[in-house]
Amino acid sequence: MKKPNDVILQTVTTVISFIIILFSINLFFAGHYTPGGGFIGGLMTAAALVLLLLAYDVKTLNKVLPFNYQVMTAAGLLIAVLTSAGALLFNEPFLTHAYDYFDLPLLGKTSLHTAVLFDTGVYLVVIGITMTIIQTIGESE
Amino acid sequence: MINLPLLPILIPLLTAVILMFFPKRIKAQRFISLTAIGATIVASIVLAAEVKANGIQTLNLGSWPAPYGITLVSDMLSVLLVLTSSILTFFVVWYAMIYMDDKYESFFFYIGVMFLLVGINGAFTTGDIFNLFVFFEVFLISSYLLIVLGGKKAQLRESIKYVLINVISSALFVTAVAYLYAVVGSLNMADISQRISELGNSGIITVIAIFFLLVFGLKGAIVPLYFWLPGSYSAPPIPVLALFGALLTKVGVYSILRTYTLFFTQDTGYTHEILGVLALLSIVVGVIGAVAYREVKTIIIYNIVVAVGVILYGVAAMTPASLEGAVFYLLHDMVIKAALFLLVGIMIAIAGSSHLKDMGGMIRDYPRIGWTYFVAALALAGIPPLSGFIGKLLIVQGGFEAGDIVGPLLVLISSLLVLYSAMKIFMNGFWGTPKAYHGAKAKLANRLWVPAAALVLIAIFYGVGTEAIRPFITMAVEPLIDPAIYIEAVLKE
Repeated sequence: MKKPNDVILQTVTTVISFIIILFSINLFFAGHYTPGGGFIGGLMTAAALVLLLLAYDVKTLNKVLPFNYQVMTAAGLLIAVLTSAGALLFNEPFLTHAYDYFDLPLLGKTSLHTAVLFDTGVYLVVIGITMTIIQTIGESE
Repeated sequence: MINLPLLPILIPLLTAVILMFFPKRIKAQRFISLTAIGATIVASIVLAAEVKANGIQTLNLGSWPAPYGITLVSDMLSVLLVLTSSILTFFVVWYAMIYMDDKYESFFFYIGVMFLLVGINGAFTTGDIFNLFVFFEVFLISSYLLIVLGGKKAQLRESIKYVLINVISSALFVTAVAYLYAVVGSLNMADISQRISELGNSGIITVIAIFFLLVFGLKGAIVPLYFWLPGSYSAPPIPVLALFGALLTKVGVYSILRTYTLFFTQDTGYTHEILGVLALLSIVVGVIGAVAYREVKTIIIYNIVVAVGVILYGVAAMTPASLEGAVFYLLHDMVIKAALFLLVGIMIAIAGSSHLKDMGGMIRDYPRIGWTYFVAALALAGIPPLSGFIGKLLIVQGGFEAGDIVGPLLVLISSLLVLYSAMKIFMNGFWGTPKAYHGAKAKLANRLWVPAAALVLIAIFYGVGTEAIRPFITMAVEPLIDPAIYIEAVLKE
């Protein structure tokens, strides 16, 4: 069988997937004040990875991004649980979050909230689960 | 430590997450999960002591005040259930370590069990109806994993039925919560209870009550919604079956007990009568199944349906005695069902088959297992010094006090037939002429006996020490009789 030539798809994918990932990161950080957040951000990052999977193949993607998605899921869960359980150290109820304003270089006065850490956990879990499902189905014969 | 009610949920959750990092290292998985369940038991005991000393413990997650955030409520009932399920999981996991093959264990088995425990402990502890739904999903999704793990033909077939039924009942649960939210405008259980009593006798509340009965009846396997249970529960391996049989249906029963004593107390003539009739039908159908079959697993599985019926009959009668009996019987039944499944599992391991025709004369080679089973069977039926007695006695007494005659008599007759079904296993399996056994795991029998015997021992203590346990049960029943205690503890006005 002749190998099909995907040069247009692959070239476009390299550009587009970066834009999708940037957009997903934007959605992730915008979640506190505007629509968005960990779930949709994670789903969209996974969509960029799936686009790469479509244009190339599982082996190439694993070589370029050598993540173990099961570990990524576990790490996301661990971040979310530990962030929520951090309140236990201050004898506050579980899931109590804290925030404050900081003067960061470049960004100026920014409010930092521990809920973002929880969302990072969600973000990683969503990517991990989606990619685990797709890769497992894709690799099984 | 204000987070005490959370610990029985948080410890298994954190453990499950940590175990996910190295699923293939079986020794570490075994050691960590047993230690964590041990820690959960200790936390539940401390919590029980706290509740005993200072009354109902509540925790507003995220520091949001009661009706607006998620509240965890540990009253004595939920603490006792959390403690019992943690203890059961401990012994079942111990049994599973001996019973399961290495290959099986390396595919997220312990992680599934830990998440199952998270869901169950959470469902018992939560004070928020939608959060209850979420915890239901947590343990259901873990149970999907556990039922299909191993990939045998029967498991695949039955897991499809099981998943389908539970997806439908979960969708009904969400719809029921949506209706309830549309009517009362709150998800906090104490707040809902208060608002329903302000609403007075309204037809829509009765509809929602029946809706909830449908949902929890599907989870808790009451007649006519039990049809998925015999097939689904006979598919997974014995330790998983013991977990399911002892815990999963009981969460449904607990939810009915909670909602029917806290929410739907307005039109009891209608709702509780239906509950009572369905409970009695469950007893009848369960007994018929238990007597009819000669397959050891199926006999015990039908006994689950009988027990669910007995407990719910106690709930439907709604007298202080019958509610106390229901709580007594609920705890007893969790322990004894787990013990029986583990013991029957040893018999299957010895005989290499789960049909009574392939068993016989096991008492010659395995006297300890035989007599342990004998005691467990007597406890199941409710013979006085053992654990099933006091619960049934109080339920029967409550039934008579409520002016019912048929119900209590049915409960008593069912005890006889339950005893017959359990003794059928004993007489045919342990007595009679010994047969040649082909069980590949027969050599494990004496090691498997230890955790099973420990559970039977707990059942014996539970029966003998009724006097010591009774104050706890009485305390657990208080908020069931008078919802104001529960509401006041949560809303603290």
